[in-house]
Amino acid sequence: MHAEAAIGRTGLWFAVLIVSILVFMTAADSGFAAHAVIVGITAFALMAMSAARFDPLGKAQGFFKMPEGPSKYDDDVIRWGVIATMFWGMAGLLVGVFIASQLAFPQLNFEPYLNFGRVRPLHTSAVIFAFGGNALIATSFYVVQRTCRTQLAFPALARFVFWGYQMFIVLAATGYLLGITQSKEYAEPEWYVDLWLTIVWIAYGAVFIGTIIRRHEPHIYVANWFYLAFIVTIAMLHVVNNLAIPVSFVGSRSYSAFSGVQDALTQWWYGHNAVGFFLTAGFLAMMYYFVPKQAERPVYSYRLSIIHFWSLIFLYIWAGPHHLHYTALPDWAQTLGMVFSVMLWMPSWGGMINGLMTLNGAWDKVRTDPIIRMMVMALAFYGMSTFEGPMLSIKSVNSLSHYTDWTIGHVHSGALGWNGMITFACMYYLVPRLWKRERMYSLRMINWHFWLATIGIVFYAASMWVAGVTQGLMWREYGADGYLVNSFADTVAALHPMYLMRAFGGLLYLSGAAIMSFNVWMTLAGRLREEAPMSDAPYDPQADHPIVQSAATAVPAE
Amino acid sequence: MANKRPTGKRIDEPTGTETVGHEWDGIEELDTPMPRWWLWTFYLTIVFAIGYVIAFPAWPMVDKATEGVLGWSSRGQLAKEISAADLARQGVRDRLARIPIERLPDDSALMAQAVAGGNAAFKVNCVQCHGSGAAGSQNLGYPNLNDDDWLWGGDLRAIEYTLTHGIRQAGHDETRMSIMPAFEGMLEPAQVEAVVSHVLSLSGKAEGSALGAQVFADNCAVCHGARGEGSREFGAPNLSDAIWLRGSTREDIRRQVLTPRLGMMPKWEGRLDPVTIKMLAAYVHSLGGGEDFVEVAEDPAVEVDEQP
Repeated sequence: MHAEAAIGRTGLWFAVLIVSILVFMTAADSGFAAHAVIVGITAFALMAMSAARFDPLGKAQGFFKMPEGPSKYDDDVIRWGVIATMFWGMAGLLVGVFIASQLAFPQLNFEPYLNFGRVRPLHTSAVIFAFGGNALIATSFYVVQRTCRTQLAFPALARFVFWGYQMFIVLAATGYLLGITQSKEYAEPEWYVDLWLTIVWIAYGAVFIGTIIRRHEPHIYVANWFYLAFIVTIAMLHVVNNLAIPVSFVGSRSYSAFSGVQDALTQWWYGHNAVGFFLTAGFLAMMYYFVPKQAERPVYSYRLSIIHFWSLIFLYIWAGPHHLHYTALPDWAQTLGMVFSVMLWMPSWGGMINGLMTLNGAWDKVRTDPIIRMMVMALAFYGMSTFEGPMLSIKSVNSLSHYTDWTIGHVHSGALGWNGMITFACMYYLVPRLWKRERMYSLRMINWHFWLATIGIVFYAASMWVAGVTQGLMWREYGADGYLVNSFADTVAALHPMYLMRAFGGLLYLSGAAIMSFNVWMTLAGRLREEAPMSDAPYDPQADHPIVQSAATAVPAE
Repeated sequence: MANKRPTGKRIDEPTGTETVGHEWDGIEELDTPMPRWWLWTFYLTIVFAIGYVIAFPAWPMVDKATEGVLGWSSRGQLAKEISAADLARQGVRDRLARIPIERLPDDSALMAQAVAGGNAAFKVNCVQCHGSGAAGSQNLGYPNLNDDDWLWGGDLRAIEYTLTHGIRQAGHDETRMSIMPAFEGMLEPAQVEAVVSHVLSLSGKAEGSALGAQVFADNCAVCHGARGEGSREFGAPNLSDAIWLRGSTREDIRRQVLTPRLGMMPKWEGRLDPVTIKMLAAYVHSLGGGEDFVEVAEDPAVEVDEQP
């Protein structure tokens, strides 16, 4: 039986290998051929593993010191998710520092593979989809099992989701460096990678929804509403925005199904809701489980969670046109994009209120628990950027901010502050529990990470705000004689110091993440750092004695 | 919903609020009412949105969207702002259109206006090649416009002509046209080295030789002049003034003799209006090397106006 299954699997991978060799030989362009080679190598490795009954995954699990034996929940795939999150996080942040340096020092553009145009999507996809996506998949599998009191519905499919998603990341990332892109921001991968992601995502939805269906709790916890909204909406956005007709079935190029302003509107309907449902709804789901767990407090308001959930997902989906203010997009669509963004302010803040106020009765932990501190900072940045977003969507503000670095500053106060910080906090929560350790190797290192990240964000966001406003004002500056004052190159030169500060901020943030990697690694290794506790009331043995007094002066008892 | 597990309800001690009664993996929820300030701010944004969609274009109908009671449109706003700006400049533009460019230096106020307008137009149209400081690029062969070395003439009319008709614009009869022949294969290596030395010697940067002088006289002097002083009639660069369009090393000069690279400049006629071209001419003239008409008149060789 086992042998038959192994032969079947070997045959399947052999077929994939043959197909990829055929595709390699007939490929219309070198990029597609390179991707066929990657798929072929993967298929060959899997074929060899199936045939030889070789289990490198088991060996790797030993390398990462994953606990052996059956768990109560399906946690292996989550452990892999944690490792993938850490790995892609470091990669994405490193690339981010690199492209920030490229903007300050254009000599760092190494043609053709490492020019800004190719490396920039590598950075955005690595941090959003690889780092953020793995964090979402891992935490969703963790949270849905625990809040439904059941194991994953389809454990094998869950493994496919994880490894299939890594395949998507590898194909997307190598594609960018090879120059394969459909030129849609945050949706750069070409048609065949999109199709692969669609398959993976449907499997993800099946695992998640299946697990909810077999739950042993009468109600679905609010975190799962948010995960569900994230999974369903991302599927819809991904499929619609990537509708395209391939030029050749053995080539990497395609034509979008939309054209002109329709294409732009579809793209920003996608792009804005990638922010809304990936980076907001998905990460709010993480917040709704891990903040109450870490604070050991009940969620602040059930009613608020219902109202802000439904208003958030209803309003978010319409706000995309605010990315196309003052363009060829008709005025009425711009208006709707703006008013829906303004109405989105309070629904977004509902999540912040529910997160922060959950700490009622546990605010002292902000002093003693660096993980809580990270969560609070994440929610504070979430609140800041979800106020800034509606503000930037107002047309008169947007006429100054659009196309400037203000947008970059806004995105990063959200991405570094909210998504990054909440992910780090969740990983710090997860790692000791998943690896059955008493605690993280070092709590003081978490504190270091917290401060490096926070100061890094301040450098990043502040410099980009100044740069953006400078840029916007210089672009629109007219002299008394009615003529433009600055050429574009003048504005670029004026921003150089800001670009240096931004790169420095990114470097701080990266070094915080490096400390985290070390901390996680040592925790996996089962080590505990001997260190002073985060909080300790001072004790002075010298003062710890009764005052010796003569009987005569003693105060008589009343 | 909450009735299913009525026993789960309890009063949370630190906050004094009742829980809803659900519990997931140890997480409970409080039955706190929504914060009033939150709710009222939410209502306020909704009211703002309703007011805004009445005032501005918003509701898509069958043929077109509602226009909004304010009658605002982004195209309308743009047209209004542009016409206001045009109106503000109309007086100056009219005077610039009427005045012959030779008379422009006499009217210093108008000249200043022209220079300012030319500066703005330069930033949009010219900096891509000539640089934001108009210093050009020796590496790429874009002339420096700040010096007093002119390939085709540096008075206002000559500059205006160059702007209008461009340089080496194929299919345009009036364009400034000159060709430097490629001497690759036409000269012996020794002759090439000798003529390179000779060119450098014209500005005192190398020792010349009899051979170099001979090669120069036979091949180059017809355009560049016997002393390498150049000719604006052919757009032949002055080789004796130590200002170089494409570099001053032996390597640069050798390459330019053997396989010369020839620059182009777009003709702006048809892309920019005559007044803007006139203003650009005034701006370029003002950068430092602009020549007077008087000087031009004294030199009969420079009749740049009629002979492109």
